[in-house]
Amino acid sequence: MNLLQAMRLALGAIWSNKLRSFLTMLGVIIGVFAVVALVSLGQGATSRVTEQVQGMGSNLITLYIRGRGPLSSLTYDEAMDLAARSGVRAVAPVVNGQVTVKYGNQSASTTLEGTTPDYPSVRSYNIEWGRFLAPVDIQNRQKVAVLGADVVETLFAGTNPLGREIRIDGTAFTVVGVLEKKGTSMGGSNDDKVIIPVSTAQRLLRDAGVRTVYIQAESPEAVNQVVAGLEAVMQRRFRDEDAYRVFNQAEILDTVSQVTGTLTLMLGGIAGISLLVGGIGIMNIMLVSVTERTREIGITKALGAKKRDILWQFLVESAVISSLGGLVGLLLGYGLVRTISKFTGLTAVFSPQVVAVAVLFSLFVGVFFGIYPANKAANLNPIEALRAE
Amino acid sequence: MIRVEGLTKVYRMDGVTVEALRGVDLTVAPREFVAVIGPSGSGKSTLMNIIGCLDVPTTGKYWLNGREVSLLSDNQLAEVRNRQIGFVFQSFNLLPRLSALENVERPLIYRGVGRKERLERARAALERVGLEGRMLHKPTQLSGGQQQRVAIARALVGDPVLILADEPTGSLDSASGRDVMSLLKELHAQGRTIMLITHEPEVARQAQRQVRIHDGRLVGDEGGKAS
Repeated sequence: MNLLQAMRLALGAIWSNKLRSFLTMLGVIIGVFAVVALVSLGQGATSRVTEQVQGMGSNLITLYIRGRGPLSSLTYDEAMDLAARSGVRAVAPVVNGQVTVKYGNQSASTTLEGTTPDYPSVRSYNIEWGRFLAPVDIQNRQKVAVLGADVVETLFAGTNPLGREIRIDGTAFTVVGVLEKKGTSMGGSNDDKVIIPVSTAQRLLRDAGVRTVYIQAESPEAVNQVVAGLEAVMQRRFRDEDAYRVFNQAEILDTVSQVTGTLTLMLGGIAGISLLVGGIGIMNIMLVSVTERTREIGITKALGAKKRDILWQFLVESAVISSLGGLVGLLLGYGLVRTISKFTGLTAVFSPQVVAVAVLFSLFVGVFFGIYPANKAANLNPIEALRAE
Repeated sequence: MIRVEGLTKVYRMDGVTVEALRGVDLTVAPREFVAVIGPSGSGKSTLMNIIGCLDVPTTGKYWLNGREVSLLSDNQLAEVRNRQIGFVFQSFNLLPRLSALENVERPLIYRGVGRKERLERARAALERVGLEGRMLHKPTQLSGGQQQRVAIARALVGDPVLILADEPTGSLDSASGRDVMSLLKELHAQGRTIMLITHEPEVARQAQRQVRIHDGRLVGDEGGKAS
């Protein structure tokens, strides 16, 4: 008896007992559905976080100065000296503070960042309109500002902000550019800020110290070397490990993907347990089915069915039940994932691996939990089986 | 055709030993119509199970169609049942989910015959027993006599050398029983070897030869060519 014939017999048996077959399938349907939905959502979360971290800038290293005693920051020149270190492509020192920005009768409280022309390339910002700061702005302490998208929305509400005069803590600035919207990432909104030349900011905030420096390494390979160099320089400068912190974007990425990966695995594992329960359900029903069909098995044995034929018939039956369940679960899972990502902000990644694993695993569950009942059926004694009622 | 020598069968049930057969010698020639008659518990079912290759003897030898069957493995016995023997049971033993045609087709599935040929042969067998109008009926939609004729068609479809009928009229009213017996007689007339097991003397009398079994031994043999 070939596989096709065995499948035909199995489908006949499944069809003749529709309700029971469906209920048996339900265990697998729910299991596969849960696995597909949870793992897809988990992977979606991972890829989203990864994207956000990468969106902070490529090969980005961030240096935060907390200071020690009177030494609470770097000077602008010290920060710019870091650009000369090997492996460093660009440096953007940042002087920051909270300010109130006014335009006409609108006002907003936002973050002010004083920085240099390299900032957009280091932090992966694009300019939506106008221009970014130029070296001449820094030299001449120009009162020019580049606005984040959120600030533009709050203050200008649809009108063109370029060339307008805004007041930052009472001082007049000309808007020369607007940053492209970047969305939120770890550490809050990227669009709620006002950027002015670092030299101007030092005046405005009455604080000459640089507490944040964004450093872009030349390549992913150079990152570790630059981080080590930075730490050595800072250690020499502050003689205290707590006085500064160096964040390596790659490290953050690693940590984040480890956390979300573990989470995905955990969710998948929990869902996997329900698939296991579904498999046990199949075994249970198949055992009942073998008992109920003892006489039928006896008849087919008398008609010349070999052990192998009966083994095949039952094994294919449980594999078909389980794979059909897997397929239905997959479709439902896909539907749910699509619906969720359509109506909520959650991203879901529906990867081919998940599909393959779900289908193969449900097939495996069917075969694995079908072996014992099928074997039991195949080994029935034909005379006793014929005598059964 | 059939030759058994010194056949014994001992069962052990719950620690009690039952000697169902105590040395049976029997030869059945090709194209014979033999009835094995005996009261219940005489060992006739055991004999039928062994001759039908559903069971193996404890001791003794059995040749079917020139081949020593008592030495075969489970799988080989299944093969022999499939190709050489057609069963007709007292309780019909049709598969309830399947139509008459699908029931008759079943033995050929296990033989590996292709679908088209299977259906042709199953149809021919059903026509042979006069059920050409009932091919797609389920067993529950058929009368007892019709069900038994489906079973006979199923026994015939594989063109076996031996048809083994175990109380084929036992569950039927007398009219249907007569139909089934005349069908078996027709098949015999067409050259089939038939072995009939019964406890009813009237049924047994319709066979050409009657073999009596009692307490696991043959005690009489009338009308046969071999005796």
